[in-house]
Amino acid sequence: MDYLPTLWFILIAVLWGGYLFLEGFDLGVGMLMKTFAKNEKQRRVLLNTVGPVWDGNEVWLITAGAATFAAFPYWYASLFSALYVPLTLVLVALIFRAVAFEYRGKAHTHAVRKAWDWAIFLGSFVAAFGVGAMLALSTTGLPLNANGDRVGGPFAWFNIYAVLGGLAVVAFCLIHALAFLGLKTDGDIRTRAARLVARWLPVALLPMAAWAVAVVLLNHSMAAVAPLGLAVCALLFAWFQASKNHEGLVFIGLGIFLLAGVAAIFTAAYPNVLPSTIDAAFNLTVSNASSTPYTLRLMSIVAAFGLPMVLAYQAWTYWVFRKRVTEVHIPEAHTVTSIV
Amino acid sequence: MDALEIARWQFGITTVYHFLMVPLTIGLGLTVAVMQTAWHRSGKEEYLRMTKFWGKLFLINFIMGVATGIVQEFQFGMAWSEYSRFVGDVFGAPLAMEALLAFFLESVLLGLWIFGWDRLPKRLHLATIWIASLASIFSAYFILVANSWMQHPVGTEIVDGRATMVDAWAVFTNNTALVTFPHTIFGAFAVAGGFLLGISWYHLHKRRQSGIDTVDASGKVVVGESATLGKNRDKVDYQVWIKSLRIGAVVAMVAFMGVALSGHAQAQLMIQQQPMKMAAAEAACHDGTGFSLLSVGDLRGGGATTCDDVVGVFEIPGLLSFLAHDNFTTEVKGVNTLLPEYQEKYGTHLPDNPIYGDRAGTEINYLPVMEVTYWGFRLMITLGGLSAVAAAVALWLTRKGTVPHSKWISRLAVLGILAPFGGNAAGWIFTEMGRQPFVVAPNPSFQGIDQVFMYTAAAVSPGVSAGEMLFSLISLTSIYAFLLVVEVVLLTRYVRGGIGSAMPELDGHPDDQDKDTDVLSFAY
Repeated sequence: MDYLPTLWFILIAVLWGGYLFLEGFDLGVGMLMKTFAKNEKQRRVLLNTVGPVWDGNEVWLITAGAATFAAFPYWYASLFSALYVPLTLVLVALIFRAVAFEYRGKAHTHAVRKAWDWAIFLGSFVAAFGVGAMLALSTTGLPLNANGDRVGGPFAWFNIYAVLGGLAVVAFCLIHALAFLGLKTDGDIRTRAARLVARWLPVALLPMAAWAVAVVLLNHSMAAVAPLGLAVCALLFAWFQASKNHEGLVFIGLGIFLLAGVAAIFTAAYPNVLPSTIDAAFNLTVSNASSTPYTLRLMSIVAAFGLPMVLAYQAWTYWVFRKRVTEVHIPEAHTVTSIV
Repeated sequence: MDALEIARWQFGITTVYHFLMVPLTIGLGLTVAVMQTAWHRSGKEEYLRMTKFWGKLFLINFIMGVATGIVQEFQFGMAWSEYSRFVGDVFGAPLAMEALLAFFLESVLLGLWIFGWDRLPKRLHLATIWIASLASIFSAYFILVANSWMQHPVGTEIVDGRATMVDAWAVFTNNTALVTFPHTIFGAFAVAGGFLLGISWYHLHKRRQSGIDTVDASGKVVVGESATLGKNRDKVDYQVWIKSLRIGAVVAMVAFMGVALSGHAQAQLMIQQQPMKMAAAEAACHDGTGFSLLSVGDLRGGGATTCDDVVGVFEIPGLLSFLAHDNFTTEVKGVNTLLPEYQEKYGTHLPDNPIYGDRAGTEINYLPVMEVTYWGFRLMITLGGLSAVAAAVALWLTRKGTVPHSKWISRLAVLGILAPFGGNAAGWIFTEMGRQPFVVAPNPSFQGIDQVFMYTAAAVSPGVSAGEMLFSLISLTSIYAFLLVVEVVLLTRYVRGGIGSAMPELDGHPDDQDKDTDVLSFAY
C-alpha cells in the first residue's frame, strides 16, 4: 500500500465531505429561496442564516480542487477536462450565486431582486447537481484512454450515475438545509421546515444511499460495508429524531449520514481515484495518479497544520453567529439614494 | 481557431478580468483596515464613516474577485490538462497552500467582519479586517510563486517526462517570485490609491458645486454644511473626503515608487531569465544600449512581419543598458542575436509528437507577438507613471483644503481611476504573452537535456474539442461583460449615495430595531 497517496486520498475525501456537509446547507438554502420562502421577509431570513458563513463554506470546494491538483495531478487533469461542459456550467452557477448573495440586497427594483433570487436558486441547483455528478463519475468511471483523456465527445460522461450523483447531492442539500433552518430560525419557517424534514427525509437521502450501494457493489468492496451500515443507521436515527422534533439531533444524524456515506463511497472506490470504463488498465489509481512522495510530504505538513486551524476558526464563526435569525432581526431594506 | 487558440484567449480573458478585481481587493482591504484602526485609536467619527463607506465599495468588488477566482483554478484542469499533468507536482502545491492557508482565512474572517459589527468586541472586530486583508496579500504570494515557476522553473527535476519538485525552499524563494510579489502588491496599492483619490475628488467637487464648501480670499477652504441633507453632508463628511483624498494620493505615490523600484529589479532578472521577452518589449532587433521611446513597423511590407521591419523612431542612448545592467555601455542582446541562440538550444521545429496535434513538426517562432509585448510594456509604465503624477498634482491642488471648482479636472480625476487598472492589465498581458511560445519558460541556467520547459502547444487538453472551448469562452466572456456592467452600476450608485449609502443611520433609516436580541449587526 502506498502510504502517502493513501493518506492524501483520505484527505481529499475529508475535503469533499467537509464541502458537502458545510456548503450542503447553504446550497440547499439557496434552492429554498424560490420554493420554500413565502415572502420577501422570509427570503431575507433564509439568506441571512447563511450570510456570514457561505463564503467560507465554498472555500472547501476550492481547497478540494487545489488539493487534488497538488496531490493527484492526473486525477485532476483527467476528471476536469473530461467534464468540461458540466464544469463550465458549475462555474457559471457559482459565479452567479456568489454575486447574487452580495448584490441581491442592493437591488433597487422588485424585478431586479427577483432576478437575483433566480440566480441564487438556479446557481445553487446547478452547482449542487454538477458537483454531485462529478463526484459520482469519479467513483464509477469515465471513458478514458491510455493517456487519461476522455473519448466519445463532449457528452460521453452523461450516464445514469451522473444523474444519480446529481440528484443525490441536490436532495441531500435540500433536506440538510431544512434541518439547518430548523436550528437557525424561529416561528413559521422553523415549524414548516421541521414538518418537511420529518416527511421527506428518507426520500431525500435515498439517491445518496443508492449511489453508495452502487459503488460498493461495482467494486465488490467488503471494507465499505461498515461505513455504509453506519450511514444507514444515521439515516434511521435522523428520521426517528425528526419525528420527535429534536432539531439538533436531526442535523447531527444527517451530518453523520453524509460523512459515513462519503466514507463508504471513497472506501469502495479505493484504490481507484477515477476508473476508465474502456479498459481497467487505464484506471487512475492512488499510485499512478499521485504526486511524488516529496510533494506529498510537504503537503502533509501543511495540511497537518492548516486543516485544524481552518476547522477551529470556522467553528468559532458558527459560534459567534449561533443565535436564531428571525423576521424581527431583519432591518428594513435600505435603498440607496443619490445625494449628489 | 483551434482548441489551443481558444483556450489561450479564454485564459487571457479570465485572468485579466479576475485581475481587475484582485488589486482593488488587496489595496483597498488593507487601507480600510488602517482606517478602522484610526477610528479605533482616535474615536473620531470621520474614520468610522470612512471605514464604512470604503468598506462597502470593497465588498461590492470583493465578491466579484471571489466569483471569478474559482475559474482560474478550474481551468488548469479543464482546458490545460497536459500542462496540469506535467507540472502538477510542483505547481499544485502553492495553489493548494493558497486555499488552505490564505483564502480560507480571508473568506471566513471577512464574513466575521461584515456581520460582526457591534457583535464582536471592538478589538477583535478590528483584528478580523486586518487578518482578512493580510491573508489576501499572503494569498497573492502563493499565486505568484506558482506563476513565477512558469516564468522561471527552479527546484525541479524531470522524472518520467514530468516536472517533480525536489527543493520546495527553492520554489518558494524563487528570485522571480521575490521581485514579482512586491511589484504586484505595489501595483495593487496604486489601484487603491487612484480609487480613493478619484472618488474623494468627485465628492469634494460636488460639495463645492452645491455651494456647501467655499473658499475665502486667500483661497483657503471654508467648510460648510448642507441644510437639507443633514448628517449626510455635514462637516464630518468633508473631513472624510479630504482625508480619503490625501490618503489616496500618498498611497498612490508610495505605490508608484515601489512599483518602479521592483519593476527595475524585475526587468534586470528578465533580461537574464527571458531575454527574448525583454528584447521584444524593446523592439530591439540588434544588440544595443539605447532604449526605444518609439518604434513602429515599416508599413511598406504590409506591417512588421519580422523584427527587421521595425524602425526605431527615437531612442535614449544608454538607457537600456542602465535598465539591464546598471551601466550605460553594456550591450543588451537583440532579437536577431537571440533567435539563433534559442533555436540552437531548444530546436527549430516542434517534435513529431502527437501531443502537438496539427502543430507537430512545424517551425517554432520564438519571437512573441511584438506589438503586444512592445505596447504592453509601454502602456504599463505610462499608465503607472500617469497615476503617480496625477497623485502629486492632486496633493498640490488641494493644499488649501479643497479641490478647484473646475469641472474638467474633476472629470479627469474620476477618469484617472482607470489608469492603474489599465497599467496592471497591460503588465500581465506583457508578462504572459511575452513568455510565448512557452507555457513553462526554460530556465537558462539549467544545464543538459533535462531542461524543464513546455511549449504552450503541448499544454492544452487533448480530449477537449474546440466546440467545448468555444462554448465556455462565449459563456464566461458574456457573463463577465454583463457582471462588469452590474458592478460598475452598483459602485456608481453607492458612490453617488455618499457615506449614507453605507450607513443607513445617517440617512435617517433606523438600522436595527432591537439591539438586545440582535443576532446580526448587518443583514443582506
